[in-house]
Formats: sequence, structure tokens, C-alpha cells
Amino acid sequence: MHLLEVDRISKHYGNVVALKEVSAHVDAGEVTCLLGDNGAGKSTFIKILSGVHQHDEGRLLVDGEEVRFGSPRDARAAGIATVYQDLAMVPLMSIWRNFFLGAEPRKGIGPLRWLDSAAARRIAREELRGMGIDIRDPDQPVGTLSGGERQSVAIARAVYFGARVLILDEPTSALGVKQAGVVLRYILQARERGVAVIFITHNPHHAYPVGDRFVILNRGRSLGTYGKSELDAQELVKLMAGGRELAELQHELEELTAELTRTS
Amino acid sequence: MGQTAVESVHRDERLLRAGFLSRLLSRPDIGALLGAIAVFFAFGYFARAVNWLGDPAIAAGWTDQAAQYGIVAVPVALLMIGGEFDLSAGVMIGSSGLLLGYLTTHAGMNVWPAMALVLLFGLAVGFLNGFTVVRTKLPSFIVTLATFFVLQGVNAAGTLKLTGQTAIQGIDEARGFASARRFFASEISVYEYKVKVVWWIAITVVGAWVLAKTRFGNWIYSAGGDPVAARSVGVPVVRTKMALFMATSGVAALMGIIEALELRSMQAKEGIGLEFIFIICAVVGGCLLTGGYGSVIGTFFGAAMLGMVQLGIVDSQWDSNWTYTFQGAILFAAVMLNTLVRRRAQRAR
Repeated sequence: MHLLEVDRISKHYGNVVALKEVSAHVDAGEVTCLLGDNGAGKSTFIKILSGVHQHDEGRLLVDGEEVRFGSPRDARAAGIATVYQDLAMVPLMSIWRNFFLGAEPRKGIGPLRWLDSAAARRIAREELRGMGIDIRDPDQPVGTLSGGERQSVAIARAVYFGARVLILDEPTSALGVKQAGVVLRYILQARERGVAVIFITHNPHHAYPVGDRFVILNRGRSLGTYGKSELDAQELVKLMAGGRELAELQHELEELTAELTRTS
Repeated sequence: MGQTAVESVHRDERLLRAGFLSRLLSRPDIGALLGAIAVFFAFGYFARAVNWLGDPAIAAGWTDQAAQYGIVAVPVALLMIGGEFDLSAGVMIGSSGLLLGYLTTHAGMNVWPAMALVLLFGLAVGFLNGFTVVRTKLPSFIVTLATFFVLQGVNAAGTLKLTGQTAIQGIDEARGFASARRFFASEISVYEYKVKVVWWIAITVVGAWVLAKTRFGNWIYSAGGDPVAARSVGVPVVRTKMALFMATSGVAALMGIIEALELRSMQAKEGIGLEFIFIICAVVGGCLLTGGYGSVIGTFFGAAMLGMVQLGIVDSQWDSNWTYTFQGAILFAAVMLNTLVRRRAQRAR
């Protein structure tokens, strides 16, 4: 029994097959990486797990029980939090307002209740510090943070709100090397805290150092699931690029180069 | 470990102190406050003949005018922060006042239950505005412009059909008028400060509290700032916007009631043109036209500024037509300042 498991799941939009019999699973304190190029079906996969879309075939299991999420709210109630690449934060709002957006702490009695903004500021600051993020001022607008810091705040937020499963949608793709490294460290932090992480990326170099298991998607189908011990980084890159095709391309390139050298 | 913790606390405090001025300047309402002070003292000079600075009766005059703008400007500002416009907020004052007039003079109702019906009418119009916007996903600018013109026609044609005139009169003959007037439209001192001013301040306080200190306030910011992100973390964006539209029309209805009780009659054209004044107040108050940012306190000062301009120009013995020019200039200056302030707020610190 796994914390979260998808079993031969399929999804089509009209007559376009977006996902075909894809299986994967993740457990507490593990990172499962979902790798694939553009159009591989990664977005569809996330949308099903986070309750935005429903699958057409196959089973979705949480703690071994089959579930079906009608809305993002359902998924969150089951402890599944999704951190989207761009949609995570409202740039003009402060860090603490963003941190608690949609789950604001309140105090007061009866119908007259107000924001516990002091606690919200304090918790936001503490939680971020706990993840190793030093924010200068919780009242600072999120728009003033760097891309990596924003992703990190979103991850810290999901972890704080008791996410058992954290789905990260391309958290590193828009970032430079250093910033990406920062985010990868927070992924490991989340894993240390016992969170099950599903890390979606097209970059095998980001996936390999943090992943425990790798699921490779290509044109809506799974090319297989590999444990970290089953392959090294080089093999993962090859798998990602579609192995054989890359070899052929390389061969062609070599021939072409040889041709060019001869004629010149 | 303990050493670094102490160190980092020290560094944070120093940063906060260094950032005090920049923080003050990045508040959305600071421009409106400074502007209102500047306008006040400018007329202190230009209208010195009527003792602008010292005479409480002068202040009673411009605060009355400012309250006229400021009461409805509060929900209009919240709605703008929530990412939407309401161009029907002005004409709604007329519709509501006329409805109160109809109910009390022609239908023979007591003023108090009639007021309750008018407020319900206001909420219903707001509901329709909001429902149409969230359902059709059309820009609220267009939807409420349509509401504006529909109501304008109803106000004029309805009044004419009912009374044969362009106004409904004799509201003061209805039962309950005296007690209602005392509550909504009386004067509260020898200098004739209007009780309307108290309503203005009260609604501002409530609006500012809701925006800054409640969960709903957080939802307003997010609904205007990035509705997609807000929805993805569970903010009921549609409900938030609906509530804001209803609050705007509801407060406009309250304003219609206040005016009808104050004037004892209601003109069919009442309120038309004020929708833009409300938006100017909100923009002067630091609200961005694109939503997600702004201030109720700033809107309060914006209304105060426009109220002062309205009366100050007359008190300075200038042609009152210059009022429009002033309003335009203030709007432009405010937009320029807002752009600067927002850039400052967005800059990495």
C-alpha cells in the first residue's frame, strides 16, 4: 500500500489522448520524479492529482483507497498540495498574506472574527526560517522576491499546512542554476520532514540528485519506472531524450561532420 | 548556533529601521494624505477672504461635499482592489432615492420599511451586476455601463410617468420621515456639520478594517491581484466579487436614502456623473486600475480632497467650471504617483 498511487490512469480530451495507462506511486519521505518533454502529459497528470480534471480510466488511490477528486479543494482535503510554476503567489500581496491566503488564521468570537495578523507574521517568518529561508520582512510584497525564493515560500506554505503529498510543477524550469539549487534543497527539506514529493520536471539534471524514483513520460505513455539504484544520471538523460533516437541523431551528426570535413 | 541567531536578529532590526522612510513612502495612501493637506492649505491661501482655515462653517461645507463622494467611494475602492469597476454606482443613488420617494409618496409606506426595501433593491442590483460579470466573464466596465444606461432611462421615464415632472417630491410628508431624517440626514452642531459625515467616517473605518484585518480583506486583495492563483489556493473568488458588487450597490442605495431624506425630494437625474468621481477618489487613494492594490484610508483622503476642491473653488471666487479641470489634474497626478509608488513597492529590497 502506498501513500499515493495511480494505477494505469488514462485521460483524453475529445479524441486527443493525453495520458494512456500511466502508473506511478509515492510514499512518505520519498521523492518521485516525473520526467518528460513538452506534450508528454505532465500537465494532465498534475491536473488529475490536484483535482482540476478527472481521469477517464484507471484508479487513483490514497492510502490504498480509491478516490476521485471533484475539485482542487477535495485534493487538498486529502492532504495533496500542488505548487504551480507561476500561479503560486499574488505578487502585490505581502509574504505573510500570501502564506496564509485561503487559510487565514483568525481570532474573535462568533460572527465577529478578524485576522490574527501578528501570529500570521510570526508563523510565516518562523516557518520560512525553519526551511532555511531568511526573509527580511514578512510585510514585503512577494513581487520583490526572486523566483527561487517565491517557489520556496510556496513549498514552505504547503508543508506548513500539513501537505502529506507535495506536487511541484516545474519548480526549477524558469530559474538559473543557483536559484534552482536553492529550490532543490527545499525539496530535500520537505522530504526530510516526511512529505511525499512528486517533482515534475523536464530537466534530468535537476531530477537525479533529489529523486528516489523516476517515471518517464513520452507522448502520454509511461516509458517505465526506475529506482535510483537502477540507473545513473547519464542513463536518465538518455531515457529522457528517447534513448535510441538520440543515438541515431548523434550518428547522423557524426556522418554529416565527416562529410563536411572531407569536402572542405 | 545561538551566536548566528542573535546576529541575524540584529541585522533584521537594522534593516527595518533603515527601511522606515521607504516603507512609509511605499504605502498606497500616503499620496492622498499629502495631497489633501496640500489642497487644504492652498485654499487656506486662495480662500483666505472667507477664513477657509478657521471658520467651522466652511469645514462643515466641504466635509458635507466630501461625505457625498466618500461614502460610496469606499465600496467602489474595495471593488477596484478586487479587480472590478462599477459605473452604475452613481445612477444607483438616483434610482434608490426615487424608489424611496415612490414607496413613501405613491405607495404610502412608512419611511423605515421603505428604506429596508430600497436597501434590498440595492443589493439585488449589485447581485445582478456581479452575477452577470462572473457568469459572462465580460469586463465589469461594460456590464455596469449597461446597468448605468438602463437605470438612467428607467429613472427619467419612470419619474415622468409617475409625477408628470422630473422629480418626486413630498417625501417629508411620509410617516417616519422625521425620525429617519434625524438618523441619516440631520445636522449635528451649530455649524451644521452633517450627520452624513459621521456615516462617511464610519463606513471608512469599517471598510479599512475589513480590508486590512479580516479574511475577506485578504480575499479582496487576491481576487484583484491574481484571481487564478487565489482560486488555486482555495479563495472563493466568485463569491468575493459578488459580495463586493452587492456592497457597492447597497451603499449607493444608502446614499440615495440619505439624499432623499436630506433634500425631501429626488431629481430623476440625481447621481449621474458621480460614478467617475468615486473612481477618482479611489485612484487618488492609491487604488490601481488593474486591481490588487489600494487603500480605503487613502480613498477617504481622496474624497476629502475632491470635496475641498469643489467648495474651495467657489470660496476663492473662481469660476466653478474649473472644478472639472482640477479633478482631471488631480486624477492624472494621482495616477503618476501611484505608478511610482507601486514600482517602489515592487522593487527588491
